[in-house]
Amino acid sequence: MPWFSKSKSAEAQLKKPAKEDIWVKCDSCKAHVFKEDWYNSMSVCPKCGYHGKLTAYERIGQILDVDTFKEMFETITPSDPLSFSYNKGTYKDRIVEARQKTGLNESVVCGAGEIYEIPVSIAVMDFRFFGGSLGSATGEKILLAANYAYDHKIPYIIFSSSGGARMHEGILSLMQMAKTCAGIARLREKKIPYISVLTDPTTGGVSASYAMVGDVNIAEPGALIGFAGRRVIEQTIKQKLPENFQTSEYYLEHGFIDMIVERKLLKEALKNVLLYNNQ
Amino acid sequence: MSDYFDFEKPIAEMEKMIEKLKSIAPEKNHFGDEIADLEKKCIAQKKEIYANLTPWQKVQFARHPKRPVLRDYINLIFTNFVELHGDRCFGDDQGLIGGFATLGKQKVMLIGHNKGKNIDENITRNFGQAKPEGYRKALRLMHLAEKYNLPVVCFIDTQGAYPGIDAEERGNAEAIARNLTEMASLTVPIVAIVTGEGGSGGALGIGVGDVILMLEHAIYSVISPEGCASILYRDASFSNKAAEALKITAPSLLELGIADEIVPEPLGGAHRNHEITAQEIKRVVLSHLAKLTTVSSSRLIKNRFEKYSAMGKFAK
Repeated sequence: MPWFSKSKSAEAQLKKPAKEDIWVKCDSCKAHVFKEDWYNSMSVCPKCGYHGKLTAYERIGQILDVDTFKEMFETITPSDPLSFSYNKGTYKDRIVEARQKTGLNESVVCGAGEIYEIPVSIAVMDFRFFGGSLGSATGEKILLAANYAYDHKIPYIIFSSSGGARMHEGILSLMQMAKTCAGIARLREKKIPYISVLTDPTTGGVSASYAMVGDVNIAEPGALIGFAGRRVIEQTIKQKLPENFQTSEYYLEHGFIDMIVERKLLKEALKNVLLYNNQ
Repeated sequence: MSDYFDFEKPIAEMEKMIEKLKSIAPEKNHFGDEIADLEKKCIAQKKEIYANLTPWQKVQFARHPKRPVLRDYINLIFTNFVELHGDRCFGDDQGLIGGFATLGKQKVMLIGHNKGKNIDENITRNFGQAKPEGYRKALRLMHLAEKYNLPVVCFIDTQGAYPGIDAEERGNAEAIARNLTEMASLTVPIVAIVTGEGGSGGALGIGVGDVILMLEHAIYSVISPEGCASILYRDASFSNKAAEALKITAPSLLELGIADEIVPEPLGGAHRNHEITAQEIKRVVLSHLAKLTTVSSSRLIKNRFEKYSAMGKFAK
């Protein structure tokens, strides 16, 4: 049974855990944490501070003011433009599985809401759907949400969580990088703020497009952020990689992130940036 | 003499025979009929083979060691190339070059991936795999083109952006993303042509064109067939199946609404005749520039926005 329903109410997202499954195992320190404790600490491990993945609705529940979220473009969903099939199956079947498993139609949920009463347009990626990968429908939704911000002159915030472009849609996925960036570029005409929040993981075609061009780039602690895959880099240079390679901290050090913000402080941090929009 | 692939064996044999006959009897008349007959058969055979290349065979063509590279095109169809260097921040990437150039009578800003023709060249150019300083140099040149009112012409031919620590450190992701965003609102026309390999984000980083052209046997993909095979098939030897599934050839890209026009190659591939290939590119690029340079900046940007907004296929 799906963990969260598609209810719009933010509080409804954080109701009681299912009885069958009372533990969560931290992906980082491997500690077992009571599910209730895990969710009460916003899916941040109380033992080691690892910021676990959130579903899109969980993130929306944490960031937007209660009962302000209005979902949009929710019917947009993948078709199978390449009629893609490989030895283990077809893209069509995988889409059906992904929809059934997550209750979502794509790897991103878009809509409008308020952050401390500031109206915003948001796009929140969900890693459970095809590894948060960027396909045609993902790109379309992200563009439409940018267009909504443009039309209503409100800030746009994207929360990235992605393994990159979805190869099952080939070149169409690649072009979503250009498509989404075109939507963001246009916001400059009306001086509309665009904030990028990079969460674990933000990689490949997503890091090389909208995730990295925020007016302000905010990352969660310890997130995997990177472009080329670690294995490919190791094979190319045949050297050991730095300790904190391809993490939020690494990218802060090297000048690509404005700030690293703990999840419990994220809503406040967004408000602080948005309040500086002096228009 | 060009290299032959396995599937070109029948042609190789015929061409060798023709050469042999020609050398035995330099006076045309001696084996005149036989030679003419063989040449006719050879052309028919070529037409059949090259009209039916599989995606994997096209990949081989796109990566052919004798396929023309940017420097070849510069020498053949551009005049007065004034190469410009540096990103004004870190260094000069020899894997991605650019500068002022003239194509026919049209002055342009030329930018492109710079594959080498031998191992020494390729080492200094990272085999045409650009680093952040390459993309940032490209951006600098594009802004310069805006200032000087020059259209931008981008030659794409790369297996991908350079996958090294230095490239990550200096932000290849941000450099590519920045280019995508800036190219979207560039006030001068951009014509992009994939002449060999269109390697994913590394290609797209100079690929946001008002028009996207592809040479007949070029490929353009979100991931290499080998990469796709090793991830989805868990076996890189399935690269030929992956190449087919990914739909990476020029005709596929035309059908998917991504490529705007295919530039024909000489029979047997660009590597067989650099001059003809280059002239075809010149013809097609100039035809698009002639139209694009008559459009106002604001209309250009609107059209570009609509073009990219329309990319992708999904259901509602």
